[in-house]
Amino acid sequence: MFRNVAELVELAESQNKKVSEIMIEQEMEVKQKTREDIMSFMDRNLEVMEQAVERGIQGVKSHSGLTGGDAVLLQKYIEKGQFLSGETILDAVSKAVATNEVNAAMGTICATPTAGSAGVVPGTLFAVKAKLNPTREEMIRFLFAAGAFGFVVANNASISGAAGGCQAEVGSAAGMAAAAIVEMAGGTPAQSAEAMAITLKNMLGLVCDPVAGLVEVPCVKRNAMGAANAMVAADMALAGVTSRIPCDEVIDAMFKIGQSMPTALKETAQGGLAATPTGRELEAKIFGIPLNKRG
Amino acid sequence: MKYKSVFDIIGPVMIGPSSSHTAGAARIGRVARSLFGREPKWADISLYGSFAKTYKGHGTDVALVGGLLDFDTFDERIINALEIAKEKKMKIKFREEEAISDHPNTARIKLGDDLGELELVGISIGGGKIEITELNGFQLKLSGHHPAILVVHNDRFGAIASVSNILAKYELNIGQMDVSRKEKGQMALMTIEVDSMIDDAVIEELKSLPNITQVTRIVD
Repeated sequence: MFRNVAELVELAESQNKKVSEIMIEQEMEVKQKTREDIMSFMDRNLEVMEQAVERGIQGVKSHSGLTGGDAVLLQKYIEKGQFLSGETILDAVSKAVATNEVNAAMGTICATPTAGSAGVVPGTLFAVKAKLNPTREEMIRFLFAAGAFGFVVANNASISGAAGGCQAEVGSAAGMAAAAIVEMAGGTPAQSAEAMAITLKNMLGLVCDPVAGLVEVPCVKRNAMGAANAMVAADMALAGVTSRIPCDEVIDAMFKIGQSMPTALKETAQGGLAATPTGRELEAKIFGIPLNKRG
Repeated sequence: MKYKSVFDIIGPVMIGPSSSHTAGAARIGRVARSLFGREPKWADISLYGSFAKTYKGHGTDVALVGGLLDFDTFDERIINALEIAKEKKMKIKFREEEAISDHPNTARIKLGDDLGELELVGISIGGGKIEITELNGFQLKLSGHHPAILVVHNDRFGAIASVSNILAKYELNIGQMDVSRKEKGQMALMTIEVDSMIDDAVIEELKSLPNITQVTRIVD
C-alpha cells in the first residue's frame, strides 16, 4: 500500500504502470474483489457524475435561492464564442459549477472527495473528454488516478473543510483533477505529481467560510476556480514545469496550515465571507436568525 | 491509515450538500438504528462543533433522521425525512450544544421506544466516513484505522469464543478486541478491529450465533 505521493510515483514508474493501475490493483487487494467488480463500481460513480452535470447544465435552483443557474449562463457564453480564457477551461468551469449547483439543491452527486468539492473532478473530466476523446475505460481510469492522489491527501492530511479548511476540500479536489488530467493526456506519473503539487500550492490557506452554513456561497465558485486551476496546472506539468517543493511536502504544509487555522474559518459560518454584513444578512433572511445570535 | 478504499475518496453517491454533514450524518443515524435493531419511537439528538453551528444549512438534521429511518446516503427520501418521521409519529428533538468536543463534527443520539433505549456518540471524519466513539456509556477504543464491528451479546460462556471462531474461519485477523459489560450475566459488548474488510457473509453468520443480539459494522 502506498503511503505518500513519492511511493505512488515510484510504484508506477518502477512497474511501468499508470497511477490509475496502481490504484485499481490496490483496491482489488484491499477489497478482495475482481477487477470487473471494481471497474463497474467506479462506472456507477461516473454515471452519477454524468447525470449531475447534465442536470446542472439544464439549470437548477437551490432551496435557499442563493445558487443555481450559473452553469447555464456559462454554457450560453461559451456558445457565443467571444470568451477570453479558453473553451476547455470554461467548459470545465461550467461543468464543475453544474455539479455543485446540483449538490446545493440537495440533488444526487458523487462525493469527490467530498460533496462540497464534488464539481472539480467531473467538471474537468467531461471538459477534457471533448479534447482527448477517451474510451469509457479511460474515463473510469481518470477517477482512479484522481482517487489515488486523494487517497494520499486523506490519509496524510485531510479532505474535510471542518478539519482543514477549504484548501482540504476544493484544494484536494483540484490537485486530484490536475493529476488525473495529466494521466489522461499521456503524461508520466511524476508529471501527475507535479500537477498536483502546483495546484495545491495555489489553494493553500483557503478558508472554509460558507455563508449561512450552506454549501453554496462561496463553494460553487470555488469549485469553478478549482477546475480552472487544475486545468492550468496540468498544462504546466505537461509542459515540463516542476514544483520546487515536492508534492508530499505541499500536502504536509496544507495539513499544518489547516491545524493552525482558527475554528471560525473551518466550516462554522462564523468568519470570513459568512461574517460579512451581506453574509449575515443572507443568513438572517434564510433562517430568520437575529444577526447577533451567531459569531 | 484512516482511508482504505478509493471509494472513500471517489464516493459515496449521496444526496447533497455535504459529505461530512449530510452523508456522514445519515450513516451515524443509520448505525444507531441498526444497533437499536428497530425503528425508534423517539430520538434526542445533541450536536456539537460544526454540526451544532451549521446543521440546518447542511441538512444534517434531515440526514440524521433519514439514517434513523434506515435510509442510505443516496436515498432521495432523506430530503423529506423530518416529515416522514412526523408521519410515523417519531418524536425528534435537536439540541445545539456549546461544549467543545474532540472532533468538530460530533453527534450524540439518544433513542428509544417502550421496550428500550440506546445512546451513542458518532463523529463524521470527512468524505462521508464516520466513527462511533461511545455506546451506552461504554467508550469504544477504536483507532479508526481498521475495519471494525460491534457485537452486542449476552454475557454467557462461549459467546466470545464463538465470534472469534467465525472470524478465524474467514481468515480475518483480529488486531484489537475489547470486551465490556455493565453487570455479570447481562448485556455485553465486543468491539473488534480486524486487518481486512469484513464481508456481509461474515456479519450474517455472526448474527446467527446464539447469545449474539446485534452485529454492526462501525468502521468500514
